[in-house]
Amino acid sequence: MKFMLIMRSTAEAKAAYENVDFEQIINAMGAYNEELMKAGVLLAGEGLADDLAEAFVVDFASETPIVTDGPYGEVHELFNGFWILEVASKEEAVQWATRCPLGPGSKLEVRRVTDMSDFADFADNEFLQKEEGWRDEQQARQAK
Amino acid sequence: MSQPPDIRRTVDAVWRIESARIVATLAKMTGDLGLAEDLAQEAVLDALQQWPESGVPRNAGAWLTAVAKRKAIDGWRRRERLDDRYRAMANDLAQTTDADWQPIDDDVLRLVFTACHPVLSREAQVALTLRTVAGLTSDEIARLLLVPVATAQQRIVRAKKTLSAARVPFETPEPNEWGPRLSAVLGVVYLLFTEGYAATSGERWIRTDLAHEALRLGRVLAGLLPREPEAHALVALMEFQASRFAARTTADGAPVLLADQDRSRWDRTQIARGTAALERADAVGRGRASYGLQAAIAQCHAIASSVDATDWERIVLLYEALGRLAPSPIVELNRAVAVSMATGPANALRIVDRLTSDGALRGSHLLPSVRGELLAQLGRTDEARSELLTAAGLTANERERAVLRAKAAALVSPEL
Repeated sequence: MKFMLIMRSTAEAKAAYENVDFEQIINAMGAYNEELMKAGVLLAGEGLADDLAEAFVVDFASETPIVTDGPYGEVHELFNGFWILEVASKEEAVQWATRCPLGPGSKLEVRRVTDMSDFADFADNEFLQKEEGWRDEQQARQAK
Repeated sequence: MSQPPDIRRTVDAVWRIESARIVATLAKMTGDLGLAEDLAQEAVLDALQQWPESGVPRNAGAWLTAVAKRKAIDGWRRRERLDDRYRAMANDLAQTTDADWQPIDDDVLRLVFTACHPVLSREAQVALTLRTVAGLTSDEIARLLLVPVATAQQRIVRAKKTLSAARVPFETPEPNEWGPRLSAVLGVVYLLFTEGYAATSGERWIRTDLAHEALRLGRVLAGLLPREPEAHALVALMEFQASRFAARTTADGAPVLLADQDRSRWDRTQIARGTAALERADAVGRGRASYGLQAAIAQCHAIASSVDATDWERIVLLYEALGRLAPSPIVELNRAVAVSMATGPANALRIVDRLTSDGALRGSHLLPSVRGELLAQLGRTDEARSELLTAAGLTANERERAVLRAKAAALVSPEL
């Protein structure tokens, strides 16, 4: 089963990091990522840029989606990176998540990634089939 | 003895993550893999008793290793006639602290090679690797190998006794043995994968749990052996093949053959990981060997948008290369299938008939099932039907039998 580790940091965490040698942070994260890789559980992972000028939010509250600058005006926790791990159990995900070298002000939200079995009841769904047809078309185009 | 179920699951998770390093550390220390595994298991029992009250230690692997070491020391001290070697070891160990635990990759590599040592049968290698390197419980191993728990336990016990009886050192192989020993290790991993990929027994055709374990082991090996192209290539091969899992069975578990698979359901990110692993293998710069060539073939399928759009000429070349490097009737048979796609069934049938006259693959359903397909394409319907039914009678997998019978039944004799 796959789990996503979603990293969230507050201003407190950001301030704390400013007092630490950035290379030290890179080394700690690097060692953690290496451990995940060596254990054969890391499927994917990316960090997100914290330059808010490159970020925006799309709000679907009204009929026309509204685009506003920056991530979440009022929310204090910034989603700033993720890992996807393939593990055998939720407990194993807990073990890996708690080893992540993060400090006060940082949190990991961990969620199971859905797979085909989550949608087994909808295998005949007309829209899922349509989507597959669309994907075929895309692939045929890419192959040319 | 009963623990809260969540502690059992937590301990299992820790064991899964840490077992290889714990057992490797202990085996390096004692020179005895069997003893190391026993000590580690005793430490696990302590954890089950103590962690519900004490909580899970921050560094659970170091905790288990320290407990197991203490048990080793106590065991040696209890012996009436302690020889100097053990006395010195016990003294050394008594002076180290938990914080000193620095697992070493080289020890894990020694573990891998020892668990797959040639004095062990394939069965024993598989069981011991799953237990110590993959960190599975006996229950999990039994479930994966479709054997009773007692059988799984017995295989592990016997494997440990054999290593001890043969005085197998806890070491990586000498340079002159490296090649065949590495092949044995990779072979154990790929055997697990293929058994998961097209189960030869049981009701399900694909057993993804087994294949996922093999993939994880393969990634661990590639991490330990970054300069071995075949370790990366094996990972690539398994990633490409596993990318088709979702499309290889229908909702009720019946197999779907390559030509009929809905390619939109292939896992694109997994294909990308396979490509990256094959690039790592090629980057070592020693050319492609058996797994490298097989991975390249799997990649040809993975990146093609349809059967017709597949580069069959290239696949034929890759099979020819593979056949020269590691001649086998299975490779020949696969080459025949590729030839039929590249240049038509008549050329392919000549290859298959040569295999038949050589008496190759006797008793296997593969040869008659391919021959039946080719004959059907050539319009030789009665012969085709007979071959497909022969194949159906030979396969041990119930799902596959149903597919072959359905194919035979669907053949319509040409009007006379």
